[in-house]
Amino acid sequence: METLIVNVLLTGLAVVVVAMALQRNLFGVVVLSGIYSFLMATALVALDAVDVAMTEAAVGAGVSTVLLLGALHLFSSMEAKPLHRPLLPLVIALGMGAVLAYGILGLPSFSDPQAPIHVHVAPVYLSSVMRETGVPNVVTAVLASYRGYDTLGETVVVFTAGAGVIALLRRRKRLKEKDK
Amino acid sequence: MKDDIILRVAAKIVMPFMLLFGLYVQFHGDFGPGGGFQAGVIAAAAIVFYGLIFGLDAARRLVPDRLVEALVALGVLIYAGVGIAGLLLGGAYLDYFVLDAHDTVHGQHRGIFWVEAGVGITVSAVMLKLFYMFAGRGQKE
Repeated sequence: METLIVNVLLTGLAVVVVAMALQRNLFGVVVLSGIYSFLMATALVALDAVDVAMTEAAVGAGVSTVLLLGALHLFSSMEAKPLHRPLLPLVIALGMGAVLAYGILGLPSFSDPQAPIHVHVAPVYLSSVMRETGVPNVVTAVLASYRGYDTLGETVVVFTAGAGVIALLRRRKRLKEKDK
Repeated sequence: MKDDIILRVAAKIVMPFMLLFGLYVQFHGDFGPGGGFQAGVIAAAAIVFYGLIFGLDAARRLVPDRLVEALVALGVLIYAGVGIAGLLLGGAYLDYFVLDAHDTVHGQHRGIFWVEAGVGITVSAVMLKLFYMFAGRGQKE
């Protein structure tokens, strides 16, 4: 049953991606990308990754849709006709896809309990998390405690992204005032 | 969308629940799904929602730009500060065991709480600032 649900969701994702590529109306593309994020979030729930699903639903479907709509507000909502036939990008994309598919063949099969990722540090975390941190949600414990340095780095990345946007868009505003 | 009475009323009803859910996700992240990042996005989404319905200026009055910019930095400082606190109490950087003198598990709880709070503050402030910046560009031109 679970396999069926995941397969249906993955098929839906593929359909949405093709529709997005064919869609010329950018508003339609934004709506489709929101649908994509919700389908992805549902697939992640089906795969028992609720923390990631929550992030995908909130960031992918919520905030980035709003930001894309805000960007869309600033220019025309129809995609410009390409100047030449995009054959080379198509070949590169297909080649890249083939390389990735080839790489997947080398991975351990899905949900294999003997996969390296499940026998290395995961059992240590699962067995010692309650004794050491007292936090039942192992994801939170790993994120904030065992891998605290990584999360500090991620927070700094978010901070830097925000600072970068502030620096870029602010400067433009000031230049415009000078022009006046 | 300022004049649509259904949206206005619905927004005012939904807003407190969104903010409350954000706090729940933030502080219940130890036990259920969620944590600072998700909570930050949900809290920012509530304000963005308010801004979409009542206009950007109303949202800016509710959460001023200066406050948002201060919060962007404050979150990172809280996170880094937890690390410094660990150093001062005789542990390693970001060592939570030393944060409570009697019980290392309590120290872990304390460390995770503040670290998640820092993540939540920075993420929500950055998301909100992005929205202000992008939405504000169309307005004055």
